[in-house]
Amino acid sequence: MSALTQSTPAAAQSDAAPEKELRPPSYWPFVVPALVVVLAIIIFPWIFTIWMSLNEWKVGSPTTFVGFSNYLRLPSDPRFIEAIGHTLVYTVLSVVLPLVLGTLAAVVFHQKFAGRGFLRGIFIMPMMATPVAIALVWTMMFHPQLGVLNYLLSLVGIPPQLWVFHPGTVIPSLVLVETWQWTPLIMLIVLGGLAAIPTEPYESAQIDGANIWQVFRFITLPLIMPFLFIAGMIRMIDAVKSFDIIFAITQGGPGSASETINLYLYSVAFIYYDLGYGSAIAVVFFLLIVALAAVMLYARQRMLWTEIASGA
Amino acid sequence: MANHHISRRTLLAGTAAAGALSLTGLPARAEVNWKKYAGTKLEVILAKGPRGDNLQKNIKEFTDLTGIQVESEQIPEQQQRQKCVIELTSGRPSFDVVHMSYHVQKRQFEKAGWLADLTPYMKDPTLTAPDLVESDFSAAGLQYCKNDKGQMLSLPWSVDYFILYYNKELFQKKGVAVPKTFDEMIAAAEKLTDTKEGTYGFVGRGLRNANMTLWTNFFLNYGGEFLDAKGNILTDGPEAIEATKLYQTLLTKVAPPGVAGFNWMESMASFSQGRSAMWIDGVGWAPPLEDPAASRIVGKVGYTVVPAGPKGQYSATYGDGLGIAAASKNKEAAYLLCQWAVSKKQGARLLQAGGGVPFRNSILNDAEVQSGVKMPKEWLQSVIDSAKISKLGLPVVIPVAEFRDLVGAALTSTLAGADPATELKKAHEQYRPILERSEKA
Repeated sequence: MSALTQSTPAAAQSDAAPEKELRPPSYWPFVVPALVVVLAIIIFPWIFTIWMSLNEWKVGSPTTFVGFSNYLRLPSDPRFIEAIGHTLVYTVLSVVLPLVLGTLAAVVFHQKFAGRGFLRGIFIMPMMATPVAIALVWTMMFHPQLGVLNYLLSLVGIPPQLWVFHPGTVIPSLVLVETWQWTPLIMLIVLGGLAAIPTEPYESAQIDGANIWQVFRFITLPLIMPFLFIAGMIRMIDAVKSFDIIFAITQGGPGSASETINLYLYSVAFIYYDLGYGSAIAVVFFLLIVALAAVMLYARQRMLWTEIASGA
Repeated sequence: MANHHISRRTLLAGTAAAGALSLTGLPARAEVNWKKYAGTKLEVILAKGPRGDNLQKNIKEFTDLTGIQVESEQIPEQQQRQKCVIELTSGRPSFDVVHMSYHVQKRQFEKAGWLADLTPYMKDPTLTAPDLVESDFSAAGLQYCKNDKGQMLSLPWSVDYFILYYNKELFQKKGVAVPKTFDEMIAAAEKLTDTKEGTYGFVGRGLRNANMTLWTNFFLNYGGEFLDAKGNILTDGPEAIEATKLYQTLLTKVAPPGVAGFNWMESMASFSQGRSAMWIDGVGWAPPLEDPAASRIVGKVGYTVVPAGPKGQYSATYGDGLGIAAASKNKEAAYLLCQWAVSKKQGARLLQAGGGVPFRNSILNDAEVQSGVKMPKEWLQSVIDSAKISKLGLPVVIPVAEFRDLVGAALTSTLAGADPATELKKAHEQYRPILERSEKA
């Protein structure tokens, strides 16, 4: 034992010496190109945005440094406060619904049945469509007088709904479009997860007499959990910054009932040309996204530890 | 005779004082030298729509006439506005000629000094054809294109009046006469509403921001003025409250459900499918309404002016024009292009196709041009009549977009039952500081 511990560092030393001579003097020149790119397209815009947010910066008039006064405007801006609420509701709904439906679809499409490949292909088609194009189609489908959705409801005796044309139903209706488009993505991710699960646990569960729900709850779900987390994270980041569908269908309306932070930010910066205030919103929005992502990562870490602690 | 003499002398004195014509020393009958800038290359940025189409389609005629090459691009309105502002701010715009929306950009462009002064060109007979004179443009056009110093900063291109579209078949079925006043309009709309059949008396924009262009028709006809002499905004006064009440009544009692989220597109869908009997919007929608592929009411559409309010009868007016970037190096050539775009020939084409209405009276009132209009005669009549009662449809301020968003949101809230006076007050509490800040800057 002692001979071993003694010999190891000696061997390492003797190995390291010639290696050092063979190494190029430094790695850093190879890092420079990547560093330049990162600085130019990630770091610089960020610093510049923060700088803009500290100025009264309106297109067409001179800029003046105003410190944090753009940030101080935020808490007393009712549109901004409302927009945070809309963003959170919209995000939660459009993460949860595709996640549930996508998992369900994945479990179904994981079974072997005739025409599975073809049906899978059909199922992922919404994902391929251009959001703005489908948004315009959905707008007409939502039309309370002429839309096909109300017609379908009328066939089963449900009175016509106002969909995106009423402040109370606009966000769920938009989430419907979002869900329609992005459930397939969740399905694909989960399907990948399902394919990676070994068959042995299922066999032993069958022998133990577990029913379908128990198999799903205690075998499938825990094993695909890491995939669900990734899917949820992707979905959350997408949903929180969703713009195209909302903008094309409602432009944040009726009133400002579906105005999310992203839409408000766009209005402030590119329609009101108030770049300083817009930048302040962008910075706060970014922090919000980081916070949400951190919460999710923390939840995932904690889950791993509890699994390890419980011996799973 | 003596009077005549004096007036002429006064005129001469005035001209000399202005130092314009008398010093140029040109022959009285100078002709436009169209070929002078042959070989020049111009860049034009256009908002997508029939005006841009009309220009691009016939641009070869301009090149043949002048030898000037024109590169133009059409960009959807909202993006085009952003692009223009960003490029003009940079001081080096990629374009010489800019297509601008007066009702949104007039004050912003003027205050920033982005546009070249066209007044000297207008007075130069080697640059301006004799038929292009200031007085030929309608009053609204001149209000839009001139700044407060009286300089001409753009050439008014196409005007958009708001008119009343109505469905003759539905009117006949219910035995309703075409309304002449707001009261008659409400009464007619009530009679025309038949929820069992799914038809409604009135449809119009309810969506925030877009709805302002409809609402101002009511506001103006209730005697409203946007700004007082000091530039304070007045759109929460008694006229505004009355106008909002009318707006609320129409859009909640006799309009299709969901109208709070309607822009022109959804409104037109409802009207063109025969589901709404009246629609107030811009004059430009006649072509789709008369197109059998898009409309179920071809030949059944009536066109007339917006009904009168208790304090008058106005048609809220919007418009666009062509300006030349102050930073352009080819201003004279660009001016020739602008002049050609608003010329009688081009204006007539625009009007005849229903794609826009020229600001120039000599085009609109020309019998020959009128006879070539492909839209129904009633439509043309509504345009001519609206021209007589035209009034600017939005306040001429820089933060127009904020105005439309904030007050527009207040209007939309009234459709969910909120009180007009309270909502307007709340919106203006938010808007006033924005307006003050922009005027101070």
